[in-house]
Amino acid sequence: MHTLMLVICLVIFVGVFGVMFWAVIHHRRSRGAVAANFHENTTVEIAWTVIPVLILLGMAWPATKTVIAMKDTSEADITIKATGYQWKWGYDYLQGEGEGIRLLSSLSTPRNQIEGAAAKGDNYLLEVDNPVVVPVGKKVRVLLTANDVIHSWWVPAFGVKQDAIPGFIRDSWFKADKEGVYRGNCAELCGRDHGFMPIEVHVVSAEKYAAWVAEHKEKAAGAAADEAREWSMAELMTRGEQVFGTICAACHQANGKGLPPTFPPLDGSQVVLGDKAGQIDIVLHGRPNTAMAPFGGALSDADVAAVITYTRNSWGNHTGEAVQPAEVKAGRNKS
Amino acid sequence: MSETLERYFVPEPSRFPIFGSIALLLFGAGAALWVNQVKAGPWIFFLGIAILIYMLFGWFGQVVRESQGGKYGTRVDASFRWSMGWFIFSEVMFFAAFFGALFYVRALAVPALSSGENEALLWQGYNGAWPNAGPRALDTAAVEPFTPMGAWGIPAINTLILLTSGATLTWAHYGLLKDKRGQLKLGLLLTILLGAIFLGFQAYEYVHAYGELNLRLDTGIYGSTFFMLTGFHGLHVTVGAIMLTVMLCRAVAGHFNAQHHFGFEAAAWYWHFVDVVWLILFVVVYWL
Amino acid sequence: MAAVIPDPLDHHHHHTPSGLMRWLTTTNHKDIGTMYLIFSFVMFLSGGVMALTIRAELFQPGLQVVQPEFFNQLTTMHGLVMVFGAIMPAFVGFANWQIPLMIGASDMAFARMNNWSFWLLPPAAILLLGSFFVPGGATAAGWTLYAPLSVQMGMGMDFAIFAIHIMGLSSIMGAINIVVTILNMRAPGMTMMKMPLFCWTWLITAYLLIAVMPVLAGAVTMILTDRHFGTSFFNAAGGGDPVMYQHIFWFFGHPEVYIMILPAFGIVSQIIPAFARKPLFGYASMVYATASIAILSFVVWAHHMFTTGMPATGQLFFMYATMLIAVPTGVKVFNWVATMWRGSLSFEPPMLWATGFIFVFTMGGFTGLICAIAPIDIQVQDTYYVVAHFHYVLVAGSLFALFAGAYYWLPKWTGHMPSERLGKLHFWCSLVFFNVTFFPMHFLGLAGMPRRIPDYALQFADFNALASVGAFGFGLSQLIFLAAVVKCVRGGKPAPAKPWDGAEGLEWTVPSPAPYHTFEDAPLVK
Ligand code: HEA
Ligand code: HEA
Ligand code: HEC
Ligand code: CUA
Ligand SMILES: [Cu+2]
Repeated sequence: MHTLMLVICLVIFVGVFGVMFWAVIHHRRSRGAVAANFHENTTVEIAWTVIPVLILLGMAWPATKTVIAMKDTSEADITIKATGYQWKWGYDYLQGEGEGIRLLSSLSTPRNQIEGAAAKGDNYLLEVDNPVVVPVGKKVRVLLTANDVIHSWWVPAFGVKQDAIPGFIRDSWFKADKEGVYRGNCAELCGRDHGFMPIEVHVVSAEKYAAWVAEHKEKAAGAAADEAREWSMAELMTRGEQVFGTICAACHQANGKGLPPTFPPLDGSQVVLGDKAGQIDIVLHGRPNTAMAPFGGALSDADVAAVITYTRNSWGNHTGEAVQPAEVKAGRNKS
Repeated sequence: MSETLERYFVPEPSRFPIFGSIALLLFGAGAALWVNQVKAGPWIFFLGIAILIYMLFGWFGQVVRESQGGKYGTRVDASFRWSMGWFIFSEVMFFAAFFGALFYVRALAVPALSSGENEALLWQGYNGAWPNAGPRALDTAAVEPFTPMGAWGIPAINTLILLTSGATLTWAHYGLLKDKRGQLKLGLLLTILLGAIFLGFQAYEYVHAYGELNLRLDTGIYGSTFFMLTGFHGLHVTVGAIMLTVMLCRAVAGHFNAQHHFGFEAAAWYWHFVDVVWLILFVVVYWL
Repeated sequence: MAAVIPDPLDHHHHHTPSGLMRWLTTTNHKDIGTMYLIFSFVMFLSGGVMALTIRAELFQPGLQVVQPEFFNQLTTMHGLVMVFGAIMPAFVGFANWQIPLMIGASDMAFARMNNWSFWLLPPAAILLLGSFFVPGGATAAGWTLYAPLSVQMGMGMDFAIFAIHIMGLSSIMGAINIVVTILNMRAPGMTMMKMPLFCWTWLITAYLLIAVMPVLAGAVTMILTDRHFGTSFFNAAGGGDPVMYQHIFWFFGHPEVYIMILPAFGIVSQIIPAFARKPLFGYASMVYATASIAILSFVVWAHHMFTTGMPATGQLFFMYATMLIAVPTGVKVFNWVATMWRGSLSFEPPMLWATGFIFVFTMGGFTGLICAIAPIDIQVQDTYYVVAHFHYVLVAGSLFALFAGAYYWLPKWTGHMPSERLGKLHFWCSLVFFNVTFFPMHFLGLAGMPRRIPDYALQFADFNALASVGAFGFGLSQLIFLAAVVKCVRGGKPAPAKPWDGAEGLEWTVPSPAPYHTFEDAPLVK
């Protein structure tokens, strides 16, 4: 499909430049000549209305076939839901082998490379911590949605670009015939770090894929057990620091000072120092029409509990209170 | 076109436009600050409005004087007609944006949200029967249910009122054409009164919506489209009524004659336009 | 053509104030036209400085000059300032100067309102540019202000919304003025089909403006209420749809791009015949082509939205409709070429710019057509390919035509001939640096570089560096224009009433510089 597009491109370009040079020669040839006086010729005018129409029809035909093929998302082997967050991607394997796997994938290029303090690596800005893994030669259907603003999931080599619209599901598909690492970017302006939310897809053999799935299942089982139990303060703080670093710090900053006025500080915030339920509610459900999106979908109960505990006991905040996963669960059910 | 053309009237330099610009600068800046809870906002905003009102009075006052002074020939008159027509067309397009939004959500967005994968994966249980306040209203604990506005109470009466007002205005126009000044003034007065009653009912309806129906501007897309459409319409009725009031004052002052009364006609066109918008609104917002 | 040359002593009934008050209160279309032109040039420079900051940041991978949030503000404001501050007012300035002169009217139909249309722009510009200094900075949601990102923005967004309202008001009043002037104030004998093409293109542009500016006002109003008053137009949770914003915006947006190009077609259609010394080929078909472009422009908007996930039938419809626009535009291009064909061509600066326009604009048109092919567009949408496309049509299209028009009419405006040497230097520098800047962007886009990013992967480094160098060269070249204009205003070879021997039209029947009042008694056009 991609090659087809390139071919169309090329054909048009040749046509384009043909017409153009033709025109240029005309200009030159007539230089210095005495003016002829003609200004109407219906035949010519009709001709150059009709011929472009024919050219256009010729272009429209293959394009139409491609459009229809691209829209055909039926009979997929694997369905993955990708959710755009400011500024990372979340993936849920919904159906097919690997069902149930969830991962969050954000930029892994170190800050010092961006700021020029360290040499830039080969995959500068195109590398993530948790890549999506799919088996080779299978039709993968991608469902797209977003949590906050519009993002766009784009992997040039697959010829897939689909906007992720908050509150709606859109779909697209791809099938990779060769193993390897495929990279892309978020393609719709989505705020500050729009340029820093890459996509990395690892296409692997069926066996490797099965191994990857098994590994993930194991981890997930461990995590599920974790959700239920009572956590210690220290555990919550370490886990919380990690979650805060990967998710919240993008806006509220690692030092908790935020970037006022758009991103409020959490250090000293009334909400953070106030009632626990209030903060649980904000983190789970977000604040409508602000960048503070609902995180209830992306984070587990334990993550939310940990990050809230962390914000309540870091920087200048010393509430001494720990929030347990069970409380978060209650918060989820309440509304 | 005749060969001996009258000279087209070109006004002298005027200071009103620059007042208008300063007014809108303050208006815009004030409003932007106000919606962000900056204290100075409303002050700047109302200062802007005050200057704007001063400017409008001055400017239109001058236009009226020029008109009475006989400075406007037939070609200026034609210019006014064209411009009022196109101005109303631009207003039509403004309303079209909001009507378009209403059609779009009813025909596309809401049905899409309440079916297929949107419903299955994101908004389970949302059935999208219009009117509704959007999928988040499924959660009745967070969003209280509302009652939609019925069509056959006040809105139907209001429709009659506006239709009648269109008739009284035309009656006034006939009065003017036949040089019956009394009929002109009475017709105008009646029209303005009907407009005022309409606005009164509308205000009552809003109070009722907020107080009893729990229907508010933030009641999802239904509340948004309902209040924005009827609200902008109400604003236009207000402007139209003010225009007609000015015309009434001018009529009382003895302005206009059977040949020369474009000011009156412009206000009338505007009023009929507002009428038509209401009819569409009544059908698509209240009724269907 | 016969024209009554106005008596220069005929100033009795106007007591024109002097100094600043003259400019603040003027009702003269020439004064107002001049102010529009100066304003738009100032805005062009400020938008250009933003562009150069963008290019400086993109010179190398990594973050050097600005932080990402400020970068997004720059991109957004660059787009808004260039579109609403530079290109549109410049064309209105041309309209103000030329339309009354071309149709033999004494002034615009509503001279006082004309003044207001202009003087609304500086307040709008103050609001827009001032928003850089409010807490949170200017809006950073892209010039398209897509919801819900724009709903998230800080206070700067509200300033931008009100600025757009005010500019919209100005455009609507300006457009009504132009429509009425053209329909109602033509000199006797000046039938519609005798009207210079510039007037035709502006008439149609003005219709477009009246039809779509209110729609934009509606769209930003919905954003405002979504931001502050709890409505849910663009919020799915309340039953709205973010994509609906895009539909409303592009219903405005696509006609808007033709608003920025049709008057350019008009200018070029005046200049080409003048320097080919031969009447315009296919006048009537030019008029019909302009009208078809305008009509078609209302049914193509969703070609900006191929990746939002519309149904295949939608994609196909908008793809076909968009491709159709190539036909009338092609008619125009062919007509221009046919006008030159076997003409007696000479290449003074106006003609150089006009020829350059045809050449480079056509390239932009072709890339536009490639964008119109839905499957290709899905690949290139929101990449530098699109950035290249629209700079080819906006800079090499609208801006080049503006320069062409400026060199063409400067003698009439100032009474002096602009320096031919500077004009040619300006042209060649601009043409070369323009292509150095924007041609590489096609490759960047095809290679996969998204737009609106402050930092990029290493494989894009070389072309970006090249583009940045070109941008600075192009920017410096514009200073030549400034020099040429200043020199021309200050003095130079006095211009005769008709400085270009092939030029036709009423404007060349009045002396240069055009007297303050012209055609107070309408000329008779045979
Ligand atoms: C002056 C402004 C201007 C003009 C005139 C045009 C003209 C055209 N544009 Fe462009 N466009 C923009 C300004 C303009 N555009 C802007 C600003 C954007 C980006 C907005 C944003 O996202 O920020 C954009 C984006 C844009 C897109 C969306 C890209 C994307 O975001 O993915 C598309 C897609 O269809 C498109 C198509 C076209 C087409 C088909 C034309 C046609 O009108 C071109 C017609 C001309 C020709 C084709 C050449 C001459 C013809 C011939 C010589 C005849 C023979 C030819 C053939 C038969 C092929 N444009
Ligand atoms: C309407 C017309 C218009 C014009 C004339 C221009 C002119 C230029 N634009 Fe354009 N541009 C847009 C409209 C326009 N642009 C739009 C609509 C967008 C999309 C915005 C968005 O994504 O939301 C955009 C986006 C855009 C981008 C993409 C940004 C991004 O995606 O992040 C870039 C990047 O290179 C760019 C560059 C330029 C350059 C280098 C010029 C140059 O031509 C400018 C040249 C002018 C000057 C440089 C000023 C004059 C000189 C001086 C003031 C003297 C000082 C100079 C020196 C010291 C060198 N523009
Ligand atoms: C995309 C940016 C973004 C991210 C990521 C983000 N927030 Fe926020 N947050 C905001 C914004 C913006 C607000 C302010 C909302 C408002 O204006 O009411 C906010 C508000 C808050 C508040 C209320 C503060 C107050 O004083 O009103 C809390 C608590 C909070 N966020 C916690 C978190 C936690 C915990 C995380 C990580 C799981 C997080 N946020 C991630 C943008 C973000
Ligand atoms: Cu996410 Cu751009
Ligand atoms: Cu378009």
